[in-house]
Amino acid sequence: MIEKTLKGKPAYWVWLAFLGMLMAIGAACYIRQYNFGLGMTGMSRDVSWGLYISQFTFLVGVAAGGVMLVLPYYIHNYKEFGRITILGEFLAIGAIVMCLMFIMADLGQPMRALNVVLYPSPRSMLFYDAIVLNGYLFLNILCGWVILTAEKKQVKPPKWIYFFVYLSIPFAVSIHTVTAMLYCGLPGRHFWLSAIIAPRFLASAFAAGPALIIIACLVLKRVAGFDAGRKAMNKLVTIIIYAAMLNMFFVGLEFFVGYYSNIPGHKYALEYLFFGLEHHGQVYNNLVPFMWAFVILAFGAIAVLATPAAKKNDFVLGLGCVALFIAFWLDKGIGFVIAGFIPSPLHEITEYVPTVNELGITVGIWATGFLVVTLLYKIAIGVEHEIEG
Amino acid sequence: MDKARRTFLKIAGASVVAGMAAPAVMKLTATPALASSEGHAAPAAHAPVGGGHAEETPTVMRLGMVIDTRKLNAKEGLIDEAIAACIAAHNIPQFPDKKSEIKWIWKAPFENVFTDHSVRLGSKKITDNDFPVLCNHCDEPPCCKACPTQATFKVEATGIVAMDFHRCIGCRFCMAACPYGARSFNWQDPRPYVKSYNPDFPTRMKGVVEKCNFCGERLALGQEPACVEACKGTGAITFGDLNDPKSEIRAVLDKDFTIQRRPTTGTNPSVFYIV
Amino acid sequence: MYNKGTIIPGLIIFIAFVTFPVWFNGLTTAGDLPKPELPPGGEKECVMPADYMRANHMQLLNEWRDNVLRDGNREILEIGGKKYPKGLQMACMQCHSVKEKFCDSCHTYAAVTPYCWDCHLTPKDAKSKEATH
Repeated sequence: MIEKTLKGKPAYWVWLAFLGMLMAIGAACYIRQYNFGLGMTGMSRDVSWGLYISQFTFLVGVAAGGVMLVLPYYIHNYKEFGRITILGEFLAIGAIVMCLMFIMADLGQPMRALNVVLYPSPRSMLFYDAIVLNGYLFLNILCGWVILTAEKKQVKPPKWIYFFVYLSIPFAVSIHTVTAMLYCGLPGRHFWLSAIIAPRFLASAFAAGPALIIIACLVLKRVAGFDAGRKAMNKLVTIIIYAAMLNMFFVGLEFFVGYYSNIPGHKYALEYLFFGLEHHGQVYNNLVPFMWAFVILAFGAIAVLATPAAKKNDFVLGLGCVALFIAFWLDKGIGFVIAGFIPSPLHEITEYVPTVNELGITVGIWATGFLVVTLLYKIAIGVEHEIEG
Repeated sequence: MDKARRTFLKIAGASVVAGMAAPAVMKLTATPALASSEGHAAPAAHAPVGGGHAEETPTVMRLGMVIDTRKLNAKEGLIDEAIAACIAAHNIPQFPDKKSEIKWIWKAPFENVFTDHSVRLGSKKITDNDFPVLCNHCDEPPCCKACPTQATFKVEATGIVAMDFHRCIGCRFCMAACPYGARSFNWQDPRPYVKSYNPDFPTRMKGVVEKCNFCGERLALGQEPACVEACKGTGAITFGDLNDPKSEIRAVLDKDFTIQRRPTTGTNPSVFYIV
Repeated sequence: MYNKGTIIPGLIIFIAFVTFPVWFNGLTTAGDLPKPELPPGGEKECVMPADYMRANHMQLLNEWRDNVLRDGNREILEIGGKKYPKGLQMACMQCHSVKEKFCDSCHTYAAVTPYCWDCHLTPKDAKSKEATH
């Protein structure tokens, strides 16, 4: 089936070349970082995780979001998702590839990464994260490939694969739960020390992941003549709206706990994110515009997706999904990780601004993820066209 | 012959440990031989197996520190001397920018060190004095729990929270986990920023995390930690075994009211402060 | 034979290329067995016999590392009346004081680049920034 990636319209090749260029830029930036050290980034002693880990956290969610297609289709036998479930699985592969790359980019000693395997440490949440992420990657490759192969041959998929399909559902939940546990089990970081983090992560994942799949479907409809079907997309919109509203509800709960209890530690990070934190006469507010953009885009997207127009009009639907995806990226892919470091354990405030080199690596990794997804979608749609045509 | 000699060496080493002498610092050392050159009374390296003070050996040691900030601030510049001693002993680089900073022991105002305590209407002692900050060598260290490779771990024999720089992958999970901000990361090669080298201690390389090691390497030689030594004679820092009821540090703890940093995090620090 | 004109020169280039390591090492000094310089201080004894050290020094260093860092076992070895604190910097390089002439000579030959000296100071490194007091 891989041969399907080798034939395409000029636009396909232009797109691949574009991604390849971004990847090359990312690679060049990474070589610089590898040689100099992570001092090439904007991270500091106080804000010791930055864009890489926040992208990782967000993309784990995108990967987990694929389960919102797998679950209705395989558990509830919702046939409308039959055509697009494979898109969810392949998106998960791309997202996890990005996750692993972001982790590698973030390591100070990447050559020693295998120490995680050589000296397994079952008390560390990173140990479990490595297991579930790699497990989920494997499950998606296996299930996606076996089922697509069966589809190509127009036979039923082998029975044994369903074991792995069902297994992938708790794995999807576990990848984001364990990722949340990286943060919410740390005693000294109030903003992260909240039992709502895992549910909140899942809610935002189940909105942002499917939103990206709808965007992909709309793009594929235009460029590849692949129609996911209105009914399937409308069902996804319903899922997205509920999940998005849950995420906003959970964020609201954090505000309640912080501001009603009036415990300073619970308020600092929220204050920093949304209003700017005053400290020794100086106001620190780098992230305020991003966080209000998140709020406005999220509620705006929910409103747009809830209108009847979104059920009929591709443009409105796409607009809503793009807005929602960006909103939740701002929330989890920017705000959540960085604000956890503010203030520092010694109540100092250091703001984080990524460097150009760091952005170059980040863009390069995103481009790699898009490349993986593009190639996989090319295969999936090639097979669809083959059996239909 | 090789194997036999190695086995002998191991046994000899063990006997050296068993034959340790009693005084506070000496108890921490595995090598009385060199310690004797430092002026301490110590048995020779070839002490007989099982010799010495069997009656007080069984409990596991837990090294700790009491910092009397009254005494530390009483003498001008004493706190800086302690910090400088640490920097010199451990080849700690001095970066000009805050971003790349590497600190093992440093000073900060009360409100930064004791973030769980109120400074409102506090006495001059609280507002004017400096307070040293270092790794707390917690009984329940969150950093060790977080580390995915056991590159940071608690040495069971001493309670020291140690780092193995050879194994650290630089994920900085321990930095996120530490409630005390005690850990620093080598954002770049530290060597150009080391002012002078201590030839008996390594530097670090880029991409690993580092922090105070309670001078494990000095204890092995029968010496006190560098910061403790710098304050010698002032009683500003008392170092010893928290698990030994007869130790000097326990006497100090018995006498004065002490506080710990962020006790609410449940880590049970081994560093105590008299304010 | 067809295409004699291209096949034979092609073969010659191929063979020359494949045998490059052999004749390159023969013509230059790159292939000569390394002769690490013995301690400039004239020490004859090491913690282990030379042939053991030659083959296993890396394991011994790892063992020492784990003893010192992980097991808190920093006992000082006494061999032949001489004391050796476990450590590359504290023991090995006290005698083998010139890294370039001892360590590097074999490491370069074997094309290995251990990262020991990223952290551990050679006597030369240590001298470059001596404490002033």
